[in-house]
Amino acid sequence: MNRTILFGILGLALLLAVPPFLKNYGIYLISYWLVFVIATMGLNLTVGYAGQKSLGHAAFFGLGAYTVAILAKAGISFWLGLPLAAVGCFIIGLGLGFPALRVQTIYLAFATLGFNTAVWLVMRNEEWLTGGTFGMDISAYGRPGLFGLSLEKNLAYYYFVLGATVVLSGLLWALLRSPWGKAFTALRDNPIRAESLGISVQSYTLLAFAIGAAYAGIAGALFAHLVQFIEPAPFAVGTSIMMYLMVVVGGTGYFFGPVLGAAVGVLLPEWLRFAQAWYLFVFGSLVVVLMLWLPDGLLSIPDRLKARRQAREASAARANAARAVGVQS
Amino acid sequence: MTDFLQLFFSGLATGGIYALAALGFTLLWQASGTINFAQGEFVMLPAFMMLAFLTMGLPLWAGFIITCAVAVVVLGWGFKRGIADPLLRFGMMPIVVATIGLAIAMRNGVRAGYSAEAHSFPSLFADKLFNIAGVTITLADVGTLVAALILVVGTQAFLAKTVTGRAMQAVAQNTDSATVLGINVPRMIFYTFAINALLACAAALLVTPAYLAKFDMGEPLGMKAFFAAIIGGFNNSRGALLGGLIVGVCENLASAYISPAYKDAVALVIFMLVILFKPQGLLGKAVERKV
Repeated sequence: MNRTILFGILGLALLLAVPPFLKNYGIYLISYWLVFVIATMGLNLTVGYAGQKSLGHAAFFGLGAYTVAILAKAGISFWLGLPLAAVGCFIIGLGLGFPALRVQTIYLAFATLGFNTAVWLVMRNEEWLTGGTFGMDISAYGRPGLFGLSLEKNLAYYYFVLGATVVLSGLLWALLRSPWGKAFTALRDNPIRAESLGISVQSYTLLAFAIGAAYAGIAGALFAHLVQFIEPAPFAVGTSIMMYLMVVVGGTGYFFGPVLGAAVGVLLPEWLRFAQAWYLFVFGSLVVVLMLWLPDGLLSIPDRLKARRQAREASAARANAARAVGVQS
Repeated sequence: MTDFLQLFFSGLATGGIYALAALGFTLLWQASGTINFAQGEFVMLPAFMMLAFLTMGLPLWAGFIITCAVAVVVLGWGFKRGIADPLLRFGMMPIVVATIGLAIAMRNGVRAGYSAEAHSFPSLFADKLFNIAGVTITLADVGTLVAALILVVGTQAFLAKTVTGRAMQAVAQNTDSATVLGINVPRMIFYTFAINALLACAAALLVTPAYLAKFDMGEPLGMKAFFAAIIGGFNNSRGALLGGLIVGVCENLASAYISPAYKDAVALVIFMLVILFKPQGLLGKAVERKV
């Protein structure tokens, strides 16, 4: 527990101190990564802590982005658009999850997959609202201002996104420490037993899913002003699957899993750029290999090493005890 | 009215193909608990294999037979030993993620390694048109539907009437009892994977002439197979057929009467309606969960 806080503070210090020395593209990349950290944090709640399988997260991401963009075009401030995006995604998450979760948890996977496709189709086809494949350029409306400070510059906006990430992480941390958080974990580990203890499985899974959706909506709102050009492509099923893989690669159910997973998901394309067409093939194969070798994600490595060390110590202790008693081991 | 019937029949043909993919998916799920998110790619890969054999000069039927054999080994045995067996004991999530990764790898492997363009594929059926009571139906539509029906009904008969088939059903219903009864469970599960591979090859042969061979042809096909399986009732093989046909027909009708742009959303809408009102699927039996 202490080590986690130490890592968190160290990481935060790095994130505060380093960016002024980076070039514009570097700042953009870190901001991009942080936006995805927020989105995948929400997904981690749904997938890692509540054990649901949501494959349509990019739909809520896109809904948040388009909400803010459309409202900006209509002249409505970002500070109204942001909560609207969050609440809107929360409600839509409730609506989508309710029928799917009444049945089996795997049905949510299919429902979210289809939902993502449907939302993407709407984004692509309804040109009068979303600009269709031509997208919406909102750079003219400028980035929002905060307490009189302009967020127009990339570095300023980066610090804003960093602040939002810290606040949202804190909220999630508090949620997970609360009785609600314990209920979510109970759901993941043994839903039927949790139900027998009085936890309404349906309500809590629905809540976890909706909160995850709200986080994605907030991330989308921040994304809109980061890239300043919204088009349907980043909100298709491929991105949802990438987000899901980010959570899994980082480690489902680990608090900092999304941080690591989003870093892998955002930076890997940059590193593998040389491979070009083969990059996705390599990525897909890596995911398969990772599942075979580390089903619990990258952050499970310390736990595995600890478990192996403990197992060795335990068997050594057993051997010693057997020898002491005089039994042949 | 003739328009409607025409759309209906061509929808039945497409639906038959969805049914084949859905049936394989259902069987895998029932027998081994494997949710195969790469099901669409399992159809795409044999299509490209057959294409490769064709460009090498082999006749279509020879390419098909060799592809079936390769598919059983790679998509059946290889998939089972390499991915399904090691991961199944960790629950559903690792296998979901692994098959997602596999789908991405297969799709982009073909795209980078073979070709990113769409390729034409020869049809099994000659270019004939029938005119029945004013409705024009192509021979390909009829042939596809008949072939799909034969395969689904044949698979069902195999499962219900032969000893091996009943052993496979036993494994699907209660693996522990099946082991106690002396059934070779791993081999029965392998047969399930093999049948899935063969059905995927057949689907590839039937669907590619119309939709062209492209690296991403598996995506919509796979998704509709999932929906079709659940709409029909995933614990019933006939359900896969019904689900597939319903999705095929409704898609066609919706794209003509409502909007072609939302064609891919139709399966989702039907799926949501079905799970709201009849969660076990149209032909499925309500399943009780053991505590």
